[in-house]
Amino acid sequence: MLSIKNLNKTYHTEEGDEVVALLDINLDVADKEFVCFIGPSGCGKTTLLRITAGLEKPDSGTLTVNNEPITGPGPDRGMVFQEYSLFPWRTVLKNITFSLELKKIPKSEREKIARDFLELVGLSKFADSYPHELSGGMKQRVAIARALVNDPDVLLMDEPFGAVDAQTRNRLQHELLNIWEKKKKTVLFITHSVDEAVFLADKVVVFTARPGRVKEVISIDLPRPRERTSFEANAVREHLLATLGAEIQAAID
Amino acid sequence: MGQSLDIRRRILEITSVASAIIIWEIIARIINKKIILPSFLEVVTAFLELASGDELYRDIITSLNFFVIGMGAAIAVGIPLGIMMGWFKTFDKAVDPIIEVIRPIPPLAWIPFAILWFGLTQYAAGFVIFVGAVFPILVNTYTGFRNTPRVLVESGKVLGCIKNRDLIFRIALPAALPAIATGVRVGMGVGWMCVVAAEMFGVRTEMFGLSTYGIGWKIWHWNSLHHMDMVLTYMLILGLIALVIDRLFRYIVQEWWLKWQTGVVV
Repeated sequence: MLSIKNLNKTYHTEEGDEVVALLDINLDVADKEFVCFIGPSGCGKTTLLRITAGLEKPDSGTLTVNNEPITGPGPDRGMVFQEYSLFPWRTVLKNITFSLELKKIPKSEREKIARDFLELVGLSKFADSYPHELSGGMKQRVAIARALVNDPDVLLMDEPFGAVDAQTRNRLQHELLNIWEKKKKTVLFITHSVDEAVFLADKVVVFTARPGRVKEVISIDLPRPRERTSFEANAVREHLLATLGAEIQAAID
Repeated sequence: MGQSLDIRRRILEITSVASAIIIWEIIARIINKKIILPSFLEVVTAFLELASGDELYRDIITSLNFFVIGMGAAIAVGIPLGIMMGWFKTFDKAVDPIIEVIRPIPPLAWIPFAILWFGLTQYAAGFVIFVGAVFPILVNTYTGFRNTPRVLVESGKVLGCIKNRDLIFRIALPAALPAIATGVRVGMGVGWMCVVAAEMFGVRTEMFGLSTYGIGWKIWHWNSLHHMDMVLTYMLILGLIALVIDRLFRYIVQEWWLKWQTGVVV
């Protein structure tokens, strides 16, 4: 269980201005829940994800995973970045074994584990390839495998499919749900796409324009696999678009 | 298609070098003074004569010996210092002013102190080469570390790579390798230039007895005897060896060191 209470974060610019990124965030995420964060650009959703990852510290408030407060990065949380983040000097397999090396797991064992995860993301053939030989979608699949190999409780994903084309994106969403169903992780997933959120999430958290607050939490109870164009999906989508539209307008104003 | 382009390039290269040699030969014959400009054929004759004995071999070994000492020291100092300055901001702020003062001093200005400190030994020559090579290596290592993509460092952190030592050796160093390779390559270029100047003063190694050897030394030696064909021969050898070292280094870097890169930087 992931729990965020009264969380605040303000950035200080070099000119001495204050930018309130997150204002009084309260949110509970149940185990194995798939949660999407959506909101206007600059609303602080990435900041919240980075704080959860332990890459940044909040000014006040608490964030706990399984009742343990977060003080820094930890093996209970894995992260997939928006940018391509594979280590270019390591082969695909060695990218995945990276965290296992740090844990001093013997070579044969860690490679066996890594191959299992490579199979999970359907890239067994590319074990010995270097990242520059892979397409964008393949890179992100490896990044997912690399994050999962640590067996984290929570998987943090910052617009992981933002840079891939629409068709690959649809396929990656399917694959991600398959993996999620197999591995049953709690997922926090940032997206700009209402379609993506409606297709993936158990729960969508809508953020306000800056300063970022939780505007609305929408539960989506539709069974999976979801039909992207079903009547119910459309209804949720319409509701989300209306809520989000007001915020995007506010962000522009 | 690709092959015929390759052949055409080769032909162009050979034609270009051949034309330069022909023009050189013609000009030298017009001037007709060996002491102003020896002709190509005179240089070839001088080279063949030289290559038949083991003097040239000793000269090359001597110069390479100085070069290896200087480069070894430059790498051993430049890379660790660059890493420290690139990674630890406080260390950078403390050390940078000192380096900025020393860096602009031309390596040749260090020759008096090199001789004072090390005598007329291989280490004096090595020191001058070291001064020439260390700054390109240091600066490139530093820049490489500074430009480590943030997302790679953060990826490492979320994967459990938290300690500075792990972050440096597992992430920043491999990410900086292309920049370091460039630094070493530039450093080797500067270092090789310093060989000539370092040998000017007759530094000597023990390995060939009491006579003085070295490509740079021989340029000055034959110059004082007005044997300009020999001077030019040694100049060309100097250039040729630099070319071979550079190609060899590039090959090693591309084939082994940085095989993971798409476009190789160096």
